[in-house]
Amino acid sequence: MNAQRTLTLAAPAVLMIGTFMVVPLLVAVAYSFMTANPYGGVDMPLTVDAYVQFLFQRDFDDTLVFSWSYVIIILRSVYLAGLTTAICLILGFPVAWYLVCQDDNRRRTLLFLVTLPFWINTLIRTYCWVLILRDEGLANGLLKAAGVISTPLPLLYNDASILLGLVYTFLPFMVLPIYSTLERIDPRLIEAAYDLYANRGAVFARVIWPLARPGALVGASLVFAPSLGSFLAPDLLGGGKKLLIGSLVQMQFTSSRNWPFGAALSILVTIAVLAIFVSRSKKAEEARL
Amino acid sequence: MQAMISIENVSKSFLAKGAEAFTALDDVSMRIRDREFFTLLGPSGCGKTTLLRIVAGFDFPSAGTVRIEGADSSALPPQKRPVNTVFQSYALFPHMTVAENVAFGLRMQKVVKSDRQARVAEALRLVRLESMASRLPGQLSGGQQQRVAVARALAPRPKVLLLDEPLSALDLKLRREMQGELKRLQQETGITFILVTHDQEEALAMSDRIAVMSAGRVLQMGAPREIYDNPKSRFVADFIGESNVLPGAIVGHGSDIMVAVRPERIALSMLASGLPGKIRGTITSITYLGLDTLYEITLDNGERLRSRSRQSISGLDAGQPVILDWPSDAERHLAN
Repeated sequence: MNAQRTLTLAAPAVLMIGTFMVVPLLVAVAYSFMTANPYGGVDMPLTVDAYVQFLFQRDFDDTLVFSWSYVIIILRSVYLAGLTTAICLILGFPVAWYLVCQDDNRRRTLLFLVTLPFWINTLIRTYCWVLILRDEGLANGLLKAAGVISTPLPLLYNDASILLGLVYTFLPFMVLPIYSTLERIDPRLIEAAYDLYANRGAVFARVIWPLARPGALVGASLVFAPSLGSFLAPDLLGGGKKLLIGSLVQMQFTSSRNWPFGAALSILVTIAVLAIFVSRSKKAEEARL
Repeated sequence: MQAMISIENVSKSFLAKGAEAFTALDDVSMRIRDREFFTLLGPSGCGKTTLLRIVAGFDFPSAGTVRIEGADSSALPPQKRPVNTVFQSYALFPHMTVAENVAFGLRMQKVVKSDRQARVAEALRLVRLESMASRLPGQLSGGQQQRVAVARALAPRPKVLLLDEPLSALDLKLRREMQGELKRLQQETGITFILVTHDQEEALAMSDRIAVMSAGRVLQMGAPREIYDNPKSRFVADFIGESNVLPGAIVGHGSDIMVAVRPERIALSMLASGLPGKIRGTITSITYLGLDTLYEITLDNGERLRSRSRQSISGLDAGQPVILDWPSDAERHLAN
C-alpha cells in the first residue's frame, strides 16, 4: 500500500526525467550503433563503425590506422572548457561577493543586470563580439583613433577570442550559484574569524571559501558542461579553424550527414564529463572521511 | 591602578540613508578593572551591544578613545586586539569540528601544533566538553554550542572576554546553570569579562560591577547591591528589580522629588487592625507566586503600588482597605 503510494507520487518526476532525459539519451546511444544514411538520418544494420571512426582512419586500401585527430579535438575542447570554468570562477567570485555586500535595492537591480543578457539570443550576442573584435571593428577602431596602433590587431579567430566568447556567455551561471551560497553565510562568522586573529587571507581561505565551495562547484558544472558542447563561440569567434567537439558534433548532423558518428561523439563526451564528476565527488567524499 | 579597558568620552552615531543620524552612544566613559566581571545592562537599543562591538573592534567610535591596558586601541582592527568575543548566536564555524573551532584562534596566532592541541584540550575541559571534540556544531544542543563558543574565545587566552547576551537563547534552567558556570570560568581563568545583557537578574547574579545604560548613556555604575539598594534615577529603580515610585516632596524644602520603595519592603495590615502606617489603600489583586505573594494596592489618590510578602497575610482579600507601612530607610529619593 505504502510502496504503491510512493510509486504513484514519484510517477510525475519519473515520467518527466524519463521523457526528457533518458529517452533522448537512449535514442542517441541507439543511433551511434547504426549505419549512416548519406541523405541524413540512420539505417540498419547495427555496427560499431562510428566508434571505430573515432580512433582510426580508414586508408584507401581499407586498413585501419590509429589516428589522434578526434582525441585531440576532445582534449582541446576539455582544455578550453576547463580554462573557461577557471576564468569564470576567478571573475565570478568577486562579482558575487560584491552583490552580497550591497543593500537590498541595489542588489535586486544588479542581480537583474546579471540575468539581463539571457533575454537576448546567444547567437546575436556572440555575433556582436565579432563586430567588436574584427579588424574594422569597434575595438580596433577605437585603438586606431586613439593612435595606439596603426594596423589592426588580430583580435578575432584565435583561442583567446573563443575563450572570451565562452566566458562572456557562461559567466552568469557561475555568479548566481556562488551568490546564493555567499548570501547564506552569517556575517558574524566573518567577524568571529577576525576576532580570532585571522587576517583577510585567512578569513577567505578558512571561512568564506569553504562555505561558498558548494556554490562554486555547482557553478563550475553549469559552466563546464555547456562550454564543452558549445559551438557558437568556437564557430563565430574561432572562425572554425580549429575544430572543437561542439562544432564537430553539429557538423555530423548537418553538412557531413553522419548521424551515427555525431551520436557516438556525444556519448563519448557525456561519458568523459560524467567520469570527471564522479571521480571528483568520490575524492571529495574521501577528503571528508 | 591602571584600568584594563578604559572608555573615554566615546560617542557613536550611525548614518541611515534618508533618515537622521542615529546616536547609539552619547559621551560614554567607564573604566573596567583587571579581573573584573563587568556587566553592561540595559533594554534593547540602549547602546550596550554597540559599546561591546567598539571594544571588540567591529565598530569604531565616532568620537572618543578606547584604551586597552592604557594603549589607545580606538582604530585597531579586531585581529590586533587581545580581546575575544562570545557571540549571541555563537557564530561557530559550521564546517569545522568542535576541536577545529576551538583551535582556530591558536592556529591564527601560529601556536605550534603540540601546544595547540594541549590548549584546545584544556579549553574543552574547562567547559566540560572533552567528549564532543570531533563533533560538528550542528550536532550539538544549544547549551553545548554555547560552551564551545566560550571555549573558542578563551583558548587564545585573551586579556578580556566579551560576551554579547550569551545566555539569551537558552531556556531558563540552562541559563541559571550557565550563569554559575561563566562565573566559575571567570574566577578560574582570572580573565576580565565584559557581559552585555538585558536581564537584570543575570547582571545582579554574576557581576562585580554593573553599568546601567539607557538611550546611549550610562545612568549608573556600581556593585550590584549598591545599584539595587541605591538607585539614583527612576529608570534604574524601575529597571533593576521592581520599584514603587511615588511623587513626594522633601519637607521644608518644597522641591518635588520622587520616592522609590521596593515592594518587599512594604508591609500591609488591615485598616481595622489599628496598626500604624504611612498611606491607605485598597487591595485590587492578590497573586500567589510560590515563594512570595504579590499584592496590588490602589491608593486613595488613584496611584497603584505593589507589595511582596513572604507569608500570605491571613484575612486579606481583594477589595479590602489596608494600611501600608515601610521603614524610612527603605525610601530612596530620586531626581525627577
